Amino acid sequence: MNALLFSALSGVIMMFSGLILKNNSTVRMLAHVLLLAVIIVNIVELRGVSFFNIDTKELLVFDRFALLFTLVASICTLAFFLVSSKDMVRVGSNYPDYFALLFFVLSGVIISASFKSLLMLFLGIEILSIPLYILTGSDKRNLKSNEASLKYFLMGSFSTGLMLMGIALVYGATGTFKTGVPFPFELNKVPVLLTAGMMLLLFSMSFKVSAAPFHFWTPDVYDGAPTVFTSFMATIVKAAGFIAFMRLFNDLFGAIQPQWKLLVAIIAAATLFIGNLTAVFQQSVKRMLAYSSISQAGFMVLAVYALNDDAREGLILYTAAYSIATIGIFGLLTKMKDYTFEGFNGFAKQQPVLAATMVTFLLSLAGIPLTAGFLSKFYMLRATINGGSIWLAVFAVLMAAVSVYYYFRLIQAMYFKDGSGNVSIQLSPSFKYTMVALAAVTIVLGIFPNLLINWLYF
Amino acid sequence: MIVLLLFLVPLIGGLLSFFIKNDKAVRGWSLLVSLIVLFLSIASSTFLKSATYLTFSAPWMGNLGSSFSLKLDGLSQILTLLTAIAYPVILIATWKTEYKRPNNFFALMLLTQAGLMGVFTATDALLFYFFWELALIPVYFLCSGWGHERRIAVTFKFFIYTFTASVVMLVGILYLYFLTPDHSFSMQSFYALKIPANTQSWLFWLLFIAFAVKMPVFPFHTWQPDTYEQSPTAATMVLSGIMVKMGLFGLIRWVWPIFPGAFHAWGDVTMSMALIGVIYASLIAIQQDDLKRLIAYSSIAHMGIMVMATFSESAIGMQGVLMQMFNHGINIIGLWIVVELIERQFGTRKLSQLGGLAQKAPALATLLVIVALGNLALPLTNGFIGEFLMFNGIWSTNTANTHRIIFTAGALISIILSAVYTLNMIKKIFFGSTNTLTETAHDAYLNERIILGVLVIIIVVLGVYPQPLLNLGNSFVDVLMNNVNVANLIVK
Repeated sequence: MNALLFSALSGVIMMFSGLILKNNSTVRMLAHVLLLAVIIVNIVELRGVSFFNIDTKELLVFDRFALLFTLVASICTLAFFLVSSKDMVRVGSNYPDYFALLFFVLSGVIISASFKSLLMLFLGIEILSIPLYILTGSDKRNLKSNEASLKYFLMGSFSTGLMLMGIALVYGATGTFKTGVPFPFELNKVPVLLTAGMMLLLFSMSFKVSAAPFHFWTPDVYDGAPTVFTSFMATIVKAAGFIAFMRLFNDLFGAIQPQWKLLVAIIAAATLFIGNLTAVFQQSVKRMLAYSSISQAGFMVLAVYALNDDAREGLILYTAAYSIATIGIFGLLTKMKDYTFEGFNGFAKQQPVLAATMVTFLLSLAGIPLTAGFLSKFYMLRATINGGSIWLAVFAVLMAAVSVYYYFRLIQAMYFKDGSGNVSIQLSPSFKYTMVALAAVTIVLGIFPNLLINWLYF
Repeated sequence: MIVLLLFLVPLIGGLLSFFIKNDKAVRGWSLLVSLIVLFLSIASSTFLKSATYLTFSAPWMGNLGSSFSLKLDGLSQILTLLTAIAYPVILIATWKTEYKRPNNFFALMLLTQAGLMGVFTATDALLFYFFWELALIPVYFLCSGWGHERRIAVTFKFFIYTFTASVVMLVGILYLYFLTPDHSFSMQSFYALKIPANTQSWLFWLLFIAFAVKMPVFPFHTWQPDTYEQSPTAATMVLSGIMVKMGLFGLIRWVWPIFPGAFHAWGDVTMSMALIGVIYASLIAIQQDDLKRLIAYSSIAHMGIMVMATFSESAIGMQGVLMQMFNHGINIIGLWIVVELIERQFGTRKLSQLGGLAQKAPALATLLVIVALGNLALPLTNGFIGEFLMFNGIWSTNTANTHRIIFTAGALISIILSAVYTLNMIKKIFFGSTNTLTETAHDAYLNERIILGVLVIIIVVLGVYPQPLLNLGNSFVDVLMNNVNVANLIVK
């Protein structure tokens, strides 16, 4: 509750700050301070102190899971601000507005992580999507950005329609918008209305998290959007989608697992397969990351499939590990002039420290031990095997092995190939320190995951 | 405690090496670190043998059921000793080889050592998996960064191969974890499992393939000759001398006692695979003109025999395998040192371009011939002891009586073939007339002579008096045989 209100308020403040603050660095400073406040009040609430006592009529519930994910999301947003906020200047002239929109997205993220009613799920997803449509098209003079924005908007509203239809059908079958209440019918006689509604919700959530076969918008939108915002969309927003996905299927459809278990397994396998195999053929790092985000989504779908304690812990860890690594890679990518793999040739010679942090991020995404990425994949596999499907786990690790191919291509370009394409870029020391800090977090979480996961219980 | 130091010393030493920019200083530093490790290893197998020194356990990732536990038993002692001896040998032998960015090179070398020490001592499956990858990543960077012209593609193939197999192993480990009643990754819980025969049967392959790729067993060997050829020789020595033993080690530690039923049932299949590999690799080795590829294929053949002896499920064969793991490491590193000397001097590894070196470099010739004789298992060299025990084991295999004749005969043929390619190699390098390239050759330098001399001493001493090594492995073999026999009875 604390974080939600603070973040919405921060959005409003940022929106009007443009009237008073004319200096970009002051705006940036203000945004950082506000976000820090959001993080702090959220930690305070995790420790049991809520500043507000608003009766949400059981529409929202701020349990530890929701609060912890809010914390992860807001800290990742802070990391995103630290790494990329300076590059937003280059997107367009409405600098304060971008921060305002990002804060609104964050509010949507918090709502969709803590919904207790389908209405709130819908509101959360919409609050998070609409600012994103704008951010995608924020590079107004760029045709690709416009196209991406329109595409995203059309596809997004279509899937929103599906979601609404699904919610209506579920309401028709159960007579309530609330999740987590027992169904008013026997579980061996599931009404068709509910099954149909569940399918529509499944499809629309798959669209939001870009799981195959609903992923087609992802590469174009991620590629067309200004790179700074792609970073945000591919990480925090996607993670929120998964938290909502898991919450929905855990709270509402948890009782009728036989109805959807196979479907979700197929979606997971298809996402892993398509995401990884297509990523292999990309020539641009940005597009590769778009497909990599699809393939990582495949792993996260496994959490929805398994729905046990491992899955819950694992999903939190996964979102943190994936977001940090991806934000780091995008942070550097934003500063490069050439987005192809060749553009990174010889990077390690010019920037040994940054190259080492990039290696950490890439190893984490590939799931190599001693990084957070490994443990999060490990949790997913554990959850899947515990959920009874060892073959899905075997398929997933084989696909993870494929992912090594494209992540290591970047490492090869940086370390083993000669060249100096666009490496003569200007990097501030503060950027380097942030990247080193993110890499350190990746490694620390890879050795002591409990630092994060214990927050779920204590 | 000492077992922890075996891992920590190279780890910390390696991390520090990144910051030592001076070439001579970082060489000296890494040599010092490896000598400390050697001392620790010798200490742990001679005078500091009490259990408190040889085991270490600390809580780590408790809610995952994993702990940081290390232990030195006979198997680990032999392999850590091999690793500890190999490193100073490698570092001294390649002292004169120039590397760009030497700090990174030696740091990665030491990190590899840390990973290897971890693999050989871990008694927790998850920890084992961590070390397994920790040993792989630095080697990937070593080979890709400092190798020859085709290094990037070749090393990548090696990496993808090994990584794919190892993640499949991870799934197998996870499945075993869920089978344990107390949900633990510890070796004891895994050993105590009584897995139904049909589950064992497929679970066996999930783990076996990871180790088969590493050894490598036919048909998973295709990464190996290319990688050996393209890697910097120091890394090749680590790969072929020590790293391939990781596969065999995994087989003995993490497959056999856990799946004794499947190990027995699949024994014929795996032994046949190994035998095909042995003959096939030996025949190819005879055809090779490139020294590195020749030795690479000979390594496949030798590893194949060790795999066969392991699957023979006999105590005597196991003794042989333990011996031979050590001996093969020593011998092949000796061979690589000669390759390194030749390549550094003449810029070629082609047998057809060499010849007559014995006149110019008598010391080198003498030393190489002894190492090569060890490699082809002539009596009075260390190779003979190991191979003799292994053949004995393969002959007494209890899988199926009709097959053991084929297996033994096949393995014996490989000895003849190995004599063909090894002697052929010696002939082409050292004898015949000198050509324009070898006309101006000089003999090995003092440091190289000393290090080859040390290896030769080890080869001869162990060939005449192998008892210390046998003693080291003895108790381990007893425990192992006890483990697998009891388990075997219950599954049947």
